[in-house]
This record gives sequence, structure tokens and C-alpha cells, in this order.
Amino acid sequence: MLDDFFIRALIAGLGVAIVTGPLGCFTIWRRLSFFGDTLAHSALLGVTLALSFEMNISFAVFLISAVVAIFLINLQRVTNLPGDALLGLLAHSTLALGLVTISFLSFIRFDIMGLLFGDILSVNNLDILIIWLGGAIILITLKIIWKPLFASTVNYDLAQAEGMNPDRVNIIFTLLMAAIIAISIKMVGLLLITGMLIMPAAMARNLSDNPLMMVFIATVGGALSVLLGLFASLEFNSPSGPSIIVAALSLFLLSLINLKRIKIKGKVV
Amino acid sequence: MNNVVAKLNNAGLKINNTWLVKGVSFEVKKGEIVTLIGPNGSGKSTTAKIALGIYKNAEGHVDKYTNKIGYVPQKISIDWTLPVRVIDFMNLTEQLKEKDLDDALNLTGVKNLKYRNIKSLSGGEFQRVLIARAIAKKPEFLVLDEPVQGVDFKGEIALYELIRLISENLKCGILLISHDLHVVMSATDYVVCLNGHICCSGTPKTVANNHNYKELFGDRASNTLSIYEHKHDHTHSADGTIKTKKI
Ligand SMILES: Nc1ncnc2c1ncn2[C@@H]1O[C@H](COP(=O)(O)OP(=O)(O)OP(=O)(O)O)[C@@H](O)[C@H]1O
Ligand SMILES: [Mg+2]
Repeated sequence: MLDDFFIRALIAGLGVAIVTGPLGCFTIWRRLSFFGDTLAHSALLGVTLALSFEMNISFAVFLISAVVAIFLINLQRVTNLPGDALLGLLAHSTLALGLVTISFLSFIRFDIMGLLFGDILSVNNLDILIIWLGGAIILITLKIIWKPLFASTVNYDLAQAEGMNPDRVNIIFTLLMAAIIAISIKMVGLLLITGMLIMPAAMARNLSDNPLMMVFIATVGGALSVLLGLFASLEFNSPSGPSIIVAALSLFLLSLINLKRIKIKGKVV
Repeated sequence: MNNVVAKLNNAGLKINNTWLVKGVSFEVKKGEIVTLIGPNGSGKSTTAKIALGIYKNAEGHVDKYTNKIGYVPQKISIDWTLPVRVIDFMNLTEQLKEKDLDDALNLTGVKNLKYRNIKSLSGGEFQRVLIARAIAKKPEFLVLDEPVQGVDFKGEIALYELIRLISENLKCGILLISHDLHVVMSATDYVVCLNGHICCSGTPKTVANNHNYKELFGDRASNTLSIYEHKHDHTHSADGTIKTKKI
């Protein structure tokens, strides 16, 4: 028999995987993995905000990530620094600010390991509600902006010329990134969120030749990673977040076999 | 007035205090081909992008009276790691009907590439896909920036013919950029000659006789008109219509 906490973990994990599948594909297509990392680092600041003002953690993390994301977009406009330098700057300053603030909150008992690596086995019913409701909102929004977002990912000029409003969908997508980090932080932890985003998508890229197929495989692969990872963590008593990522890594390695086969056949995908 | 699909009034673009192009005014009407000509770096592509609204900080007035727009850029940077097939690329900005999609690929002669990854296409093949994509959505305003670059000799002639057919059949307004003065002079309704600003503009005939044009392109350039007129007369007397002209 499975315990209640494990069932809850499964439901939460699968909810996250369904959303990280499509978002992860865009993260890879738009080369945003470091951007995801930066947002995740800023999540620590969000958590301290939540603790200080007794807010919901997911909500506070979303708020901070969104502010950081918008700030970053504007910094890119006004400075001449390359994107990765700005990302590093923001990631480490928000992380440092978060750590400093936490030290002032010493009266609060605080599970920093859980924050860094996730604590999926402690998710409660409210967390599940946030994941599934938030996830639904993210997916519906993504569905609505899919066409312009994909068009502007392929080519900005074409999208802009043909009325797709790429700047607007870029901002919306950025907010979606902040949202997925907010709802998945409890599950995989802030150090591993980007892994959850890009690993199933990277695996899917090896197996697909068109965007929809890649999204589908990434979603299935993410769900599979959650299942495998959680059962492994139950079996071997390993931490749940890292176990899920290791499972995703195994799937990625398996997908390389397909790539090799295609190379041997002399066909390019 | 409701025939106009796009109109530029004293439009220009300034980057770092230098004008890339300045004071450009013209309009594109339905069923009409307007061509931009000029030497390299004279601001043709920039003008096209201004007309399309790609630059947010352009000066002057740009009015577009349609949002059914097709664009073939001069150069396009695509991340080749994306999993995009020709069929996905065709549907990029509008979900096409299967038939429209196939027809467009047929017209540009690349129907057989429908399921190929765009990464695997040759330069000319990709150029044909770019044109197919722009015309498949039956635009009312079509912007073609050197659309036949890299296309083989036979294909080049066929594609120019196709462009004229589209302007007639779809009644769309076309803004064409081309270095091929023969084509420009023969298949165009209005010519804008650029060199950072408008040197001269008007019908092919007036432009070809303008001394600014001769200065810019040299004496031989004005011959293009006479060659054109000869050819043109010829096809007219043979078929009656330009449309049925066989190449
Ligand atoms: N982003 C930019 N920043 C600064 N200068 C630019 C930029 N883009 C173009 N230019 C300059 O503006 C001028 C006009 O460029 P444009 O691409 O419009 O020329 P063109 O007429 O299309 O030339 P070609 O026949 O070679 O295609 C060129 O001198 C070019 O160097
Ligand atoms: Mg150009």
C-alpha cells in the first residue's frame, strides 16, 4: 500500500511535469536555461518575503521572480552588458540578499535544504491545489500565446512584421516562467528547477523533428521522470528532488541512442 | 484611398545620430507593385522594415491599412537547432488550410520538401520556402526583399512571373526590392530610387529618364527601359495579356 504522503507527492509531481514539458521546450528553444536559473535563485528572496510577511510561499516567489524578470528585461535595454553577465549579476545578488535576510529571521525555523533541493514528500493539499490550478492557468495562457510566441522564437522580424506582437508575448512568457518556478519550488527545490525544465525537453529534442512532437515527448518524459524518481526515492530513501532529476538524466541518456541510430542511417533530424 | 495598403510619409530611421534612411514617402496600392532600387547600403531593406513596423523608433508616419501581411526578408537568422519542418514554418504566423499550403509550395516548386527539416534545405530551396510562406496566407500587403537571391536562372524568371501573377490574382499590394533592373523596369508600376533618401521616383519610364537615376546606376542602366519596352510590346501582340506570357 502507498502512503498518503506518497500519493500526494505523485499528484503534485505529475502536475508539475505536465507544465514543465511545454515550458521546458520553449526554455530550450529560446535559450533561456540560465534565465530560468536566475529566476530560481531569486526564489530564495521570495521565500524570505513570504516568511517575513506570512504570505503564501508560492505567491511570494512568483512576485519576486516576476519583478526580477521584468527588471532584467529593462536592464537589457539600458545597459551594454551581455545577457549572461546580467543574469549572473541578478542571480547572485538575489541569492545573497535572500541569504542575508534569512539570517535576520533566525527566530523562524527554516528548512534550507528543503528549499534548495525540494521536499516533495511534505506537500499538502493546498500545495496540490496551487500546482494544479496554477498549472492550468499557465497552460491555458501558453496555449493562447502559442502561435505568436513560437513565431517570435523562430524569427523576431517575421513575427513583428506579420503582426504577432513579439514583445508582448515575450513579457507574458517571462511571467509564465516566474509562475512555473513558484509552483514547482517545493517539489524540486530552487537548485534543480531548471533541470526539471530542460532535461525532459532536451531528451525530447533527441526524439522529435517537429515542435508539437517535442512538447508531447517532453511532457511524457517529465511525468515518467517524476514516477521513476519518486519510486526510487521511496525504495532507496534518497532525496526526492534529486532523484527525479537523476531519472530525467537516465531518460536523456537513453534518448541519445536514438540520435546515434539516426546518424548511422545518415539522416539529419 | 481605401485602395492603399501601406503608406509612408516622410519616414526615416536614425540610429546613434546617423540617418540610415530619411524622408521617404510613397504608398502601395492594391494590385500594384512598387519597387525600391538603389546601391548597396542605400536603405532599401531599412525602408521595407520601416513600412512593416519592425523598427519601433522610426520617424515619420507609417500607416498600414491591412494586417494580412507577408514578408520575405533579405536575410533571416534562424536558430537551426529548432525542430522546425517546412510545414511548421509555413504555418508560422497563420494556421493555413492544407490546400493553400500545398498550392503555395507547388507554385514555388518545393512541394516535395514539405516534411523536411528546414535545417536540411539548400539556400535556394529555403528561399523558395520563404516565398511560399509569404504568399500562402494570401496577404494584402506583400514585402519581398530580394526574393530570388540564390535561386537558379530558370527559377528566377519563374518566380518573378509568379510575383506578377500574385499581384494580379490576389490584388495585393507588393513592395519589391530588387537589383534586377530589367525586371524592375518591366514588371513594376512604380519605382522608388533610394540613396539614403529618395533620389527620384515615379513610373519606370520617368525614373529611367531621370538624371539622378543615370548618375546612380550609370549610362547603361537607362538602356534597361528600351529592352523592356521591346520585350513588352512583343508579348502584348502575341497573347494580348501579360498573364499568359509563357517563359
Ligand atoms: N542596425 C544598424 N545599425 C547601424 N547601421 C545600420 C544598421 N542596419 C543597417 N545599417 C546601415 O544602414 C544602411 C542601409 O542599410 P540597408 O540594409 O537598408 O541597405 P540596402 O539598401 O538594403 O542594401 P543592400 O542592397 O546591400 O541590401 C547601410 O549603410 C547599413 O550599413
Ligand atoms: Mg537590403
